[in-house]
Amino acid sequence: MNPLRERYGQEIDDILAKYPQEQKRSAVMPLLYVAQREYGYVTREHLGQIGEILAIAPTEVASIVGFYTLYHDTPGGKYRLQICNDLPCALRGADKFLEGVCDHLGVKPGETSEDGVVTVEAVMCLAACDKAPMFQVQSAEGISYHENQTVQSTIALVDGWRKKEETK
Amino acid sequence: MNDILLRHREIKDIGQLAVYRQHEGFEGFKRAVTGMQPDELTEMVKASGLRGRGGAGFSTGMKWSFIDKNAWPHYVVVNADESEPGTFKDREIMESNPFQFLEGVALCAYAVGAHTAYIYLRGEFWQLAAHLDASIAEMEKEGLLGDNLFGSDYSLRIYTHLGAGAYICGEETALLESLEGKLGQPRLRPPFPPSFGLYGKPTIVNNVETLANVPLIVQKGVDWFRGFGTEKSPGTKVFSLSGNVVKPGNYELPLGTTFRELIYTHGGGITDGRKIKAIMPAGASSSLIVADDKALDTPMDYESVPSVGAMLGSASIIVVDETVSMDWLINKTMHFFQHESCGKCTPCREGTYWMRHLTERIHHNQATWDDVILLQDVASNVKGKCLCALGDFSTEAVISSITRFRGDFEAKVGAPLSAPAEAELKEQVSN
Repeated sequence: MNPLRERYGQEIDDILAKYPQEQKRSAVMPLLYVAQREYGYVTREHLGQIGEILAIAPTEVASIVGFYTLYHDTPGGKYRLQICNDLPCALRGADKFLEGVCDHLGVKPGETSEDGVVTVEAVMCLAACDKAPMFQVQSAEGISYHENQTVQSTIALVDGWRKKEETK
Repeated sequence: MNDILLRHREIKDIGQLAVYRQHEGFEGFKRAVTGMQPDELTEMVKASGLRGRGGAGFSTGMKWSFIDKNAWPHYVVVNADESEPGTFKDREIMESNPFQFLEGVALCAYAVGAHTAYIYLRGEFWQLAAHLDASIAEMEKEGLLGDNLFGSDYSLRIYTHLGAGAYICGEETALLESLEGKLGQPRLRPPFPPSFGLYGKPTIVNNVETLANVPLIVQKGVDWFRGFGTEKSPGTKVFSLSGNVVKPGNYELPLGTTFRELIYTHGGGITDGRKIKAIMPAGASSSLIVADDKALDTPMDYESVPSVGAMLGSASIIVVDETVSMDWLINKTMHFFQHESCGKCTPCREGTYWMRHLTERIHHNQATWDDVILLQDVASNVKGKCLCALGDFSTEAVISSITRFRGDFEAKVGAPLSAPAEAELKEQVSN
């Protein structure tokens, strides 16, 4: 039995029901989100399991992971803090904001804090240009937007995650 | 203001189904399904003059009429991939006025004979997809979606589908590939989606904002709709205003409103009272317009913006003030386009890489005029040589800034441009 299917049977059936029966491959992206929820990244085993459900090769699943930025194939922090510093956000101070957050956490963009709680990433436009500085947080709970931020408000949020992780 | 698309700013709680229905919500859909032939609806949208709001500005009714009636089934796919830097309008419409948008999807589906519609949202809109799923479930419960709608033999289902972070998926054929579970890479066209779209079947791909117009066209009529905007660009448009302005945000205004009115009357002018330098009317894909009086007094519609050397596109107006140097700006846009190039076409894949490195060199004071000339040369050789518009888009800010903001590059290079070099630059652009 396929472990993904075993653990998320109903959810996977609901996803598959959205697409024509002979076009199961359309479900590859939603299934990758399901798999990624488990450890925060997609494992080699996941590739095989998704390939089996959709009757496509694991390498084809891997190509999707590689192409799209919201899938990860290596472990990162529990929370990925993804700061937009594209042109419109940068005109409103996003580069300085990114630098400030990184300095506070002692990491460079792309790096994970020593305690493994947070990875800071610089990302492309998130469609919130009027509310910069802003970032999204990608974690097991999904993706959430945080707009009109300051370094202080961001650090307070990170401190909250740290407390939450300590008490786990 | 807020007459058509951002009605939630005027009508409290229109995002709730009951309130939307109190304001004649879904009356148009019911009237269409029970009393109109699909083609009648298409003709009505054609007569309204509605043009696609995703960027291209193509006649919406005309696009619907292209659907191939010899091949079935038909699909409707909504482009909710909103990824152009500077664009954040579709998100507000879907968040705050979801049922008007969904009624637009339903009307489009009825007009083109589709029984299934997919809303392709960028992966970052994860919360929004859940919100739309809940709205769709409510519609099903009230008999507004499902089988035998309003006692007719018409049935319709709407599904959301999340992308996963790829600007290229805003290009309609890349979006279709992605929805099919493949890499988001554009297809060779023709054939176009109305004959060969999702799963190779006839498909209409429309932008969120485009479809959100349709319920009010059906409800209030073509003449009412044409009362807004200009003869060739009727209706209102949501302008996403960002950059160095006091009050950035979405503003719904008639097409044909001037840049000056948007930036100074609605946007509150430039931050800290500084001077405006340039405008990008179509996000990062835009040419840079010199923000002089002529440009500021230009009406923002599909016909007028080209007269000042840019396109209206998705009307994401990025305002740039006098403190910004263009070498920095194009380094930002090239960073974006290099990252987002899908890699399918060589000129775009390689060109964006080299343009990014050249802009980096210029920005870090390591360049001579030869580098600037080479940059423009690469840009000119990418333009017009790719399957989709991304390649072209990546060159717009580069070429226009070198041509129109020469002084910024002179300052970076530390030398004036020689006459032969100037001639070379001019020749590249004219080729």
